[in-house]
Amino acid sequence: VKIAVCVKHVPEQARKIDPETKRLDRSGEGAINPFDVHAVEEALKIKEARGGEVLIVTMGPAGAQDSVRKALAMGADEALLITDDAAAGSDLVATTNALAAALEKEGADLILFGQQAGDSDGAVLWAAVADRLRLPVISQVAELEVSYGKVRGKRQTEFGYDLIEAPVPAILAVSDAINEPRYPSLKGIMGARSKPQRTVTLSELGVESDGVGESGSKTTVVALSDPPPRGDTVKIEDDGSGAERIVEFIVERKLI
Amino acid sequence: VATLVFLEHHENELLKPSLGVLSKAAQLDQDVTGVVLGSGVKELASQAGEFGAAKVLVVDKPELEAPLPQPRVDALAGIVSDRGFETVLFAASVLSADVAAGLSARLQAGLNWDLTDLVEQDGGLVGKRPALGDSVYVDVGWSTEPRLALIRAGTFDPDPKTRSVEASVEELDAQFEDFSTAATMVEQAHAESEGPSIEDADVIVAGGRGLGAPENFKLVEELAQALGGAVAATRAVVDAGWYPYATQVGQTGKTVSPKLYIACGISGAIQHKVGMQSSGVIVAINKDPNAPIFEYSDLGVVGDLNEIVPKLTELVRQRRS
Repeated sequence: VKIAVCVKHVPEQARKIDPETKRLDRSGEGAINPFDVHAVEEALKIKEARGGEVLIVTMGPAGAQDSVRKALAMGADEALLITDDAAAGSDLVATTNALAAALEKEGADLILFGQQAGDSDGAVLWAAVADRLRLPVISQVAELEVSYGKVRGKRQTEFGYDLIEAPVPAILAVSDAINEPRYPSLKGIMGARSKPQRTVTLSELGVESDGVGESGSKTTVVALSDPPPRGDTVKIEDDGSGAERIVEFIVERKLI
Repeated sequence: VATLVFLEHHENELLKPSLGVLSKAAQLDQDVTGVVLGSGVKELASQAGEFGAAKVLVVDKPELEAPLPQPRVDALAGIVSDRGFETVLFAASVLSADVAAGLSARLQAGLNWDLTDLVEQDGGLVGKRPALGDSVYVDVGWSTEPRLALIRAGTFDPDPKTRSVEASVEELDAQFEDFSTAATMVEQAHAESEGPSIEDADVIVAGGRGLGAPENFKLVEELAQALGGAVAATRAVVDAGWYPYATQVGQTGKTVSPKLYIACGISGAIQHKVGMQSSGVIVAINKDPNAPIFEYSDLGVVGDLNEIVPKLTELVRQRRS
């Protein structure tokens, strides 16, 4: 089974939006989107059970190598980084154009995504990529079963769990409850460096420059503003009186 | 402005979040169209009139029986292109997010998600999106039509007095791509009906992964019992099988607004927040001082819930006895 896992490199902390470009500031330290680690783990489990190879695919600045390396250290076999200055500022449509072009060339049997992007809160990319690649998609998968030529996913919705089956090749977005991701071993970390890591530009993928980046995007950011005030929030350290403080607080508000 | 609203349904009822978006759309555009996609759903269409639809389009086909996204993308792509809709609105759900995203790729149409408001501005449409854990509000727009938007669930209430005239209903055909019908429903979820609903409770005590083990839910249950409240859970612990799905609060669970919400061992990620942020008073107990839940709790206690919660239960019992 050839499994491609799409991962995103997201800013680790002090997240803010650049008031000039109105884009997320990606200049600081980054890390692999925590939701995507579950997709990497699931791919490795499938590989261990059925054989095959795991390819990590990401699109982002050169710093995204860090996220790729973490996935390789966990046990993935190789990585493909789509990196191109022209891709900066891509929205869903533009990202889909670039990512789908890369995935089409790789021709994986299964394409896995994490449940959402930790920075943009987006939970949409897999369904867009599936439409572009003309493949079936199952999202919010809390349990996955791979058998010969087909997959079965248990999907959580607002009404409970659905069981959905799709032929391979297929696209799956897995929930963070699907597994407990492994930590990379020392051997894994050392070995990651020698694994194949390819870099491609948009022109190498045959993606027109007007289909990506800001020019390929169909959404815009008009303005930024502060959120409405939240009201008072009180945070205390429990010094043994935490329970008493809570009782006082709710009694004052006549909630008991 | 020619707005189309995707009307999601389950077990023969149009869903409230969809009707809420419909009512909102009717405020912005007198001539809103709703669309119902399914099998055996013709009867549902006329229900949408009072909530604001001037017209309801129905595609009634066996391919649309299961709540799967891809055949819906096919049906909607045809409708939006043929009729020239400029705006397509969805109330966010697992299904509608996948439908909207697929449609975005198919029509090369911009999609903005997680919107909590829509306003007309300078002749265009602007969406309000709380971002980065709601720490900044982003005004988002579209550079082309059609414009696609996913509205955060529970943002708008359905208003059954939006229109007094019944909607006109028109049935349409649809063509389906082979790949769109490749995924099939083996077993479909049904709404659970056992036990009282947490949506009606005045007090909710909720537990998350920070409880450490399923058996620790008894701490939460005891506190809820002492307060005369209900027990709720996060998606993480429901997916892990610690607690039943019917008690899940959040994006893919229930939306609750009790007078008092006590969150035990819940980090408060956006997925959970959207389901409980309108609670009257929020109290959080968590050992991680950086947990996002502290940013929107009225009272946050950083500490070990294994010590605080039993003590709290005891104090509440004393006070009530």
